[in-house]
Amino acid sequence: MISELLKAIATIHLPADWIGLRAVKESASYRHVRDGIPQNNGKSLSQGIMVEVLVNGQIGYGATNSLQLGSIQAAAQTAYQQALAASQWAIYPMTTQVRPKVVGQYCSPIVKPLDALSSGEVNDLLIRLCQTLKVDDAIVETSASAITNETESWFVSSNGSEVYQKFLLLETQYRATAQDGNNVQERSNNGYLAHSYQGGWELFLSPQLWDQARRTGEQAVELLSAEECPNTTTHLVLAPDQMMLQIHESVGHPLELDRILGDERNYAGGSFVKATDFGSLSYGSKLMNITFNPTVAGEFASYSFDDIGAPATKEYLIQEGVLQRGLGSLESQARMGVAGVACARAASWNRPPIDRMANLNLEAGEGSFEDLIREIEHGVFMEANRSWSIDDQRYKFQFGCEYAKLIENGKLTKTLRNPNYRATTPEFWHSLVRVGGEPTWEMYGTPNCGKGEPNQAIRVGHGSPTCVFANVEVFGGGS
Amino acid sequence: MEERMESVMTTEITADKADDKTENNVENKIEDKTGNNAENRANLANFETTFEQLTQQLLSDVRSGEHLKIELKGEQSQFVRFNGAKVRQTGCIQDGQLTLTLMQNQRNSFREIPLTGDWAIDAPQARDAIADLRAEISQLPEDPYLVLPQGEGTSREVHKGQLLPPEAVASAILPGVQGLDFTGIYAGGSLVRAYADSAGQHHWFDTEFFSLDYSLFTADGQAVKGTFAGNQWDEAAYSAKLAESKHQLERLAQPPKSVLKGQYRTYLAPGAVAELLSMFSWGGVSEDALQRGGSSLGLLQRNEKRLSDKFHLMENFSRGLVPRFNDWGEIAPVALPVIEGGILKNTLINSRTAKEYNKTANGANGWESLRSPEILPGTLPAADILKALDTGLYLSNLHYLNWSDRPTGRITGMTRYACFWVENGEIVAPIENLRFDESLYQCFGENLIDLTNFQEFIPEVGTYYHRSPGGVRVPGILIEGFTYTL
Repeated sequence: MISELLKAIATIHLPADWIGLRAVKESASYRHVRDGIPQNNGKSLSQGIMVEVLVNGQIGYGATNSLQLGSIQAAAQTAYQQALAASQWAIYPMTTQVRPKVVGQYCSPIVKPLDALSSGEVNDLLIRLCQTLKVDDAIVETSASAITNETESWFVSSNGSEVYQKFLLLETQYRATAQDGNNVQERSNNGYLAHSYQGGWELFLSPQLWDQARRTGEQAVELLSAEECPNTTTHLVLAPDQMMLQIHESVGHPLELDRILGDERNYAGGSFVKATDFGSLSYGSKLMNITFNPTVAGEFASYSFDDIGAPATKEYLIQEGVLQRGLGSLESQARMGVAGVACARAASWNRPPIDRMANLNLEAGEGSFEDLIREIEHGVFMEANRSWSIDDQRYKFQFGCEYAKLIENGKLTKTLRNPNYRATTPEFWHSLVRVGGEPTWEMYGTPNCGKGEPNQAIRVGHGSPTCVFANVEVFGGGS
Repeated sequence: MEERMESVMTTEITADKADDKTENNVENKIEDKTGNNAENRANLANFETTFEQLTQQLLSDVRSGEHLKIELKGEQSQFVRFNGAKVRQTGCIQDGQLTLTLMQNQRNSFREIPLTGDWAIDAPQARDAIADLRAEISQLPEDPYLVLPQGEGTSREVHKGQLLPPEAVASAILPGVQGLDFTGIYAGGSLVRAYADSAGQHHWFDTEFFSLDYSLFTADGQAVKGTFAGNQWDEAAYSAKLAESKHQLERLAQPPKSVLKGQYRTYLAPGAVAELLSMFSWGGVSEDALQRGGSSLGLLQRNEKRLSDKFHLMENFSRGLVPRFNDWGEIAPVALPVIEGGILKNTLINSRTAKEYNKTANGANGWESLRSPEILPGTLPAADILKALDTGLYLSNLHYLNWSDRPTGRITGMTRYACFWVENGEIVAPIENLRFDESLYQCFGENLIDLTNFQEFIPEVGTYYHRSPGGVRVPGILIEGFTYTL
């Protein structure tokens, strides 16, 4: 493909300062079973090419799902006309510095290939999972899903870039719903599609799979007779599967430079973080160390280059609680004059790259899970996200979880249902009083981070240890 | 995930309704003056020609015992993104996706492939997909609730537009907002949805439309929201819309007031009501969700709670903004009451759910979500809104809604854009954003005081994966004791 794209770009004769071609081929399979009955079986192929053209400081794009030379040339002409027409209104005079020459490759690590299981075998696996989840007549619904995805991208440019990247992805999910009248409780394996990773079937077919599925069903039933989460202010302990959401919404999004620059204000919103905060803002307690790290093997949003050719490296966003740098691409860095990361990412061939998270991870501290709990006289331990809402400045949030345990005198005691908590972002991260050690660190992902105009849903990964926050408002459900 | 935006639409797409099982061509006779429209129509013509050729060939190759349905989503779209009254990003895309679903022996599977409009590319790809489906389908388990194609319904709706030429968009939009902090997106072009199956059903829906979804900001970050949409660019209407937004912006001149958490009498403008209405499509009116305990309306269905007798919700396809055919080629009724006088009259039931629970299907889509909803108006005139509110909060928009406890209908979210503290019927000041957490059984139930005697059309501006057509028609509502928590 690279050679074909190089031939194509050689045939595009436009008075442009820079031309880039980014082709994407995404092949996915979808398997979903509910109560042991197939709901969705199929495969999709999406392929196309985006041509970007830089003219008079403005980048325009044209995209087509036809890989024929004539279609690519037409897309280039469209991109050129778009850039030319908009150049008198350009927000910033872009140069080729935001599209550097880059050459390289990337491929996801994999042990058991995505086609190692036939369609029938995957369905058999999902049906058996449903049967395992159905531990009681109170379970009114079981479901299990598996999505495989092989995405290849090729990037060439008029200044010599040649990049090939191949992503092998597996997203899995199972869930049980228990009901007793108007009391309905769901329990899943760490939240909706949280088991999203780069790799193959080795990620799902673990020896613990069936025990975990049975326990998921048992906990759904257990929640029916559990007490409501109390309405109080107390210590809140969050498992890594909820820390994923906490990091994503209250650290990742507010640090996106395009939000701070105002690009996103009409849709997802801005940020309480200001351009002058980098290098000085106390974002949280000294225990808080968060990195942008697309180099973690197997994490869902790992890569070697972003979609405009910036080489990906691990960078500290927050170190010992102090804000160091933002999530901004070469374009945002140029516009804002602050350091960023390699994060210009597009959802597919038909969307332009914008500032996105990739993998955002909270570094481990010290202590086992038992060590963290032992020191707490009263608190609530919550697992797995169920509800999420945060304001357009990423300041006031309210999150809910599937499952909780009361902590009394250093021990987990009663199970609690409908656990929720709310706070403001700086107050919350400054209340971080313990960060668990490596044994508590877990890694998850999601394929559904939404942002951008036009809208884009993209993959992100988040790793975190179990964490303890002091004096957080928690509450239960009910009218 | 993010959210949908709102405000007043000044130019509305209009078309006649498509009748059940009748060939119905409702091409609006609008003179095509722009090269852009001509190019769009040429590309769409390629899509339609290839779709028809493929449909004919693939359906003629269906073997005994097989059933096949063919669905198309296509678009030719321009996106221009603005920030600070400048262009941030601009470009055009052409996309088409064909979904082939093969059914045999109570089993089924699908293949989604690109449709480029080039027969030489598309035909072999489609044939390969069918061969792949035939190889796979016997491996799959049986689906007792599989819905096979049936009926002979056909429809054809074509809504031509008169949009700005792509190169003229920035120059048409930006001069009027110079000196303002204007941000947002223009999305325009043609869009196709089509369906055909081995039972003989065949539907074609294509439309050209644009939407300009924007915000104007004050220096201290307060904002008003505006949406200007339709199938014809009208310079005078755009200027009027901008003037209205600028006037609203002047109301935000003073510093925002911090309001303590608590319960306040509240007016929700149509944009805010549209956000609340969106929750009815996510674990709300779906019969499947109700059957499985996944709906917020379970209490309503079991008559354990009721909504206000002033509250009426219906599906209304009469404006022809979205296709009436669903994932099985079935045509939804033009109008379907969902909640009448606070009572759940009809849930949305698709054919699969109907088969599983022995119900009668009513043309719902696969997700059993609202596609063209309308909340009927009440009696409150626009001129009396502030007087009726007396003292409380006036909310133009809401943001980032989610269930905080779905079985009890409890929703959390944020206030957004032009929201005000009102005392004695007078606007006192804009407010700092507040978080709310409230049950729909309160705000559409016992706490509902009145609805406005007018509705606004809030266009759908979503562009995840594809540009989306349609919108919702809603009034504003006045409610007692809306709960704010942070």
